[in-house]
Amino acid sequence: MSEQGTAAPAVPGTVAATVSSDGQAAVLRAVHLTKAFGGLVAVKEVDFEVKAGSITSLIGPNGAGKTTLFNVVAGLSEPTDGHIEFLGRRVVARPERAWLEPILWILPAALVWLLAYLVGTANPPVNVIEILVLLGLGLLIATLITAVIRPGWYNRLLVRLGIFKSARPNDMVQAGIGRTFQNIRLFANMTAIENVLVGMHGQLKSSPLDAVLRTPKQKREELDSVAEARRLLRYVGLRREDELARNLPYGDQRRLEIARALATRPKLLLLDEPTAGMNPAETDQMMKLFSRIRRELSLPILLIEHDMRVVMGISDTITVLDHGEKISEGTPAEVRADARVIEAYLGKGAI
Amino acid sequence: MTAAARASWARFRGGHFFGRHQSFSVVVGMAIVTAILPFIVLAPPFSGFGTQTDFVDGFSQAGVWVLLAIGLNVVVGLAGLLDLGYAAFFAIGAYTYAYGASPYSGNHVAFWVMLLVGAAVAAMAGLLLGAPTLRLRGDYLAIVTLGFGEIVPVVFTNSDQYTNGTNGITALYQPSLINLSLPIPNLSGILPNLGLFQGSYGFGNPWPYYISVAAIISVVMILAYRLQDSRLGRAWMAIREDELAAASMGINTVTTKLLAFAIGASTSGLAGVYLSSKLSIVSPTQFGFTVSFTVLAMVVLGGMGNIWGVAAGAFVVYEIQSQGLKQLNVFVGQYFPNGLPIFGHVDFLTYQYLLYGLALVGMMLLRPEGLFPSRRRRQELHDVEDADAANVELVEA
Amino acid sequence: MDAGILTQQLLNGLTIGAMYALIALGYTMVYGIIELINFAHGDVFMVGSFVTLWLLSTIGVQNTVNDPVALVGLLILMFAFSMVVMGLVGVLIERFAYRPLRRAPRLAPLITAIGVSFILQNIIQVLYGTAYFNVPQVIDPLAGFSFKLPSFAIGGFAVTSSLVTVTWVHVFIVVLAVAMMVALQVFVRRTNLGRAMRSTAIDREAAQLMGVDINTTIALTFFIGSALAGAAGVAWTLNYGLTKFDNGFQAGLKSFTAAVLGGIGNTTGAAIGGFLIAFIEVFSSQLGYSRWSEAIVFTILILVLVFKPTGILGQQVAERA
Repeated sequence: MSEQGTAAPAVPGTVAATVSSDGQAAVLRAVHLTKAFGGLVAVKEVDFEVKAGSITSLIGPNGAGKTTLFNVVAGLSEPTDGHIEFLGRRVVARPERAWLEPILWILPAALVWLLAYLVGTANPPVNVIEILVLLGLGLLIATLITAVIRPGWYNRLLVRLGIFKSARPNDMVQAGIGRTFQNIRLFANMTAIENVLVGMHGQLKSSPLDAVLRTPKQKREELDSVAEARRLLRYVGLRREDELARNLPYGDQRRLEIARALATRPKLLLLDEPTAGMNPAETDQMMKLFSRIRRELSLPILLIEHDMRVVMGISDTITVLDHGEKISEGTPAEVRADARVIEAYLGKGAI
Repeated sequence: MTAAARASWARFRGGHFFGRHQSFSVVVGMAIVTAILPFIVLAPPFSGFGTQTDFVDGFSQAGVWVLLAIGLNVVVGLAGLLDLGYAAFFAIGAYTYAYGASPYSGNHVAFWVMLLVGAAVAAMAGLLLGAPTLRLRGDYLAIVTLGFGEIVPVVFTNSDQYTNGTNGITALYQPSLINLSLPIPNLSGILPNLGLFQGSYGFGNPWPYYISVAAIISVVMILAYRLQDSRLGRAWMAIREDELAAASMGINTVTTKLLAFAIGASTSGLAGVYLSSKLSIVSPTQFGFTVSFTVLAMVVLGGMGNIWGVAAGAFVVYEIQSQGLKQLNVFVGQYFPNGLPIFGHVDFLTYQYLLYGLALVGMMLLRPEGLFPSRRRRQELHDVEDADAANVELVEA
Repeated sequence: MDAGILTQQLLNGLTIGAMYALIALGYTMVYGIIELINFAHGDVFMVGSFVTLWLLSTIGVQNTVNDPVALVGLLILMFAFSMVVMGLVGVLIERFAYRPLRRAPRLAPLITAIGVSFILQNIIQVLYGTAYFNVPQVIDPLAGFSFKLPSFAIGGFAVTSSLVTVTWVHVFIVVLAVAMMVALQVFVRRTNLGRAMRSTAIDREAAQLMGVDINTTIALTFFIGSALAGAAGVAWTLNYGLTKFDNGFQAGLKSFTAAVLGGIGNTTGAAIGGFLIAFIEVFSSQLGYSRWSEAIVFTILILVLVFKPTGILGQQVAERA
């Protein structure tokens, strides 16, 4: 039903494949990304990319703009300038003329009603007016229904009219970006397996009508999805699948978040401080899991992390932000040796 | 599908929901309730309160509220949206039937067709109201629906040209089933006064209404259960739990909420069609905001999110309101002819909304899972013991 | 065109708007501090008018009071009494119906708010019945002055002017409401308690860490908001001389719309919104659509929410991720 085919409100006419500076294919590319809150510029013209199959970390002191950047990538907030390309398609850009959308809903109906009014002043049979009024209402409803059940068409129509809405988180998931949250945001009162099933929402195709009629297609899909969810839980090392998420121990909740993100079948995984609050042994286990995910699923990962042991241990590339600007980029060894990074973390004079 | 998948499915269903034969248990449950209720009222003390026919008439009226509660439960209990204008869709359903089947409009469409039409029209109204407002924060929705619920009766009152204004539309056609003069033996000699088999829909004979509303409720319940257990139902629950996380899992929150809203509205429209056909009249005063609030009280009392619970809640609240308070008046009048000590003469009927209010506040503070909680909700709302148990289990493992 | 009628309606709108603004302030303050739509607030206003009715009947006032000294004394008593009583009622409501649910899901306090609204209405209904009640109008509702604007014509367009009447009641209500709003602004901006309220609204936990007593601050917010609604209740009886147990519903809905229109959480916005809603209402009646005035107000609410959910003065509030 509905959400299918909700392509992210793409801005058309973008390059087919993005090739990074050193020739390796980039999955995600942020181009001149800027985000300002009122007068405060939280992220300033940042360029960075995540290469296929790599783990890229985003680090920086508190308030450097990591989370802001992350939220823009996840579709939670819209950029003030610049854009993000994902798999060669522009998925996030500054919204334009979004206020036109409600007018678009009302316009056809309003025109018909205007006609009805004009006809009304000319004293025609009452029936004509009534029919026109109902027709206007029908047009309004038809527009809304189209927007609900065929979001793909609807978004393309908007784009054609020059209306770019800001991408919402679900658009980004649809495009292939899965995420976890820094402060765990599981569905606390749903079981572990249900949490994963919610993650699979976008892959399931059965409509509410299928559910109501309990069609064979829907039954099969539910069966398969439960099996798949169970497999994912096992993959991240969770066995208590019928436990409410809120009753799981902390480490398991973190694992469940990852399983839930994997269930969206991402082509890029965003991890927001996935080892926060864990002890060294648990952290080691998580690091192993990330390496495994990259190796076995060849899934690129964009990581925000404070724990330098994790960052230095598993990253291929590190991007360092300070005061909203990119100050360094490179392999862990390069970044560790960069004077500007040391300065940002330890202050001037530390060198 | 593999055998393993089949096994895991079975465990999943069995572990979480009512069981695999949901539709079956609804049909059997409703059949038992429908069969037993008319006989309970033949026993004292109920037999003293009124005739069986009166009671059955009351039960068929209660069915309307049960329908409303099941529908509102989808919106409030599953998706976690506060809809305070639910009566508006009820009114829209009722007026749709008035247009479809009354001398006022000159149309006479069959009742059973109008049930679907009324539901569809109400769903569209829900869509029209929800589309602009559901993208906002939840509390705005509450106030917008409150306003909508207030405006719809005003519109019906003021558009006298189309709705006959405050007088309402009268003499709606009553439904007719396939003619019930089937060769069914007259059982009235054996079973006490089972008028069902003797007549058709009409004011004197509530039985056909009683049976039809039971059938309608069963169907609606089955549909509600199936939706709840589907991908859509999980999405609703996810939104109720954490809207932002739900969106980050690929759920289009606006359309999903809109669906909950429209489905809830359609049930309300259905109830409106049924009620107007039973009363054979619609007027704007039937659909004030007290209706919306009463249904909300029923859902909260019954236990948000639990379909059988809200149905039972609606039935109990309706019976207390229509019978209980009246009988309490009679009872107190009998034993305290000079009025209660301290309080003097008390008309309990006037305290109805005070009781609702106290019930809403009390339930939220003391027993938020409702009188008839679902297993899941009880678990949610009393998690301390569960969490301890889980820790013990962990240590043992 | 008649400039007189226009002016007259503007003045009427000003009076009604002053009352809406007073009620809207309570909505917006409570929403600002605990993000709850206090559904019972309209009923607090209604109870305020009945408290005044009770006071007047207890001290035996049945008619207009003509002695200026007695009148001033009586007015002070009426406002003080209603405001203190309603303020305390507001604090009680917060203490027993909302505070225990501060950590509960958002739906829970909204539902108790509706429950409280039921309780307040039903108590009044049981005590006073469902009919309209006449409240003595202590200020002579007809006393005032009238003036006439000059008639003139621009080109072929004649502007006539009928008599415009300004009653003292209207003047009193508007002046009082504006004075209260100014006092509130001063309180919120200049005093320690006001600062505590503002900081709690911005970030409750941070405020707590800085030594702000959250419970007292929230209770104070409810006291002030409910007291203003109580004042609006008195003003209502002065203006209309009538009250009814379900008065609070309509007035509450319109005032909430006013708060949203002005930008919820913003006290100045609530005042502006109150006057705007009143003008819309008054002019729609003037144009012959009085039966539709509620529908018009409601349509405006939806349009505001669709096109500018933050209202006229509201700030964009980022959702806490």
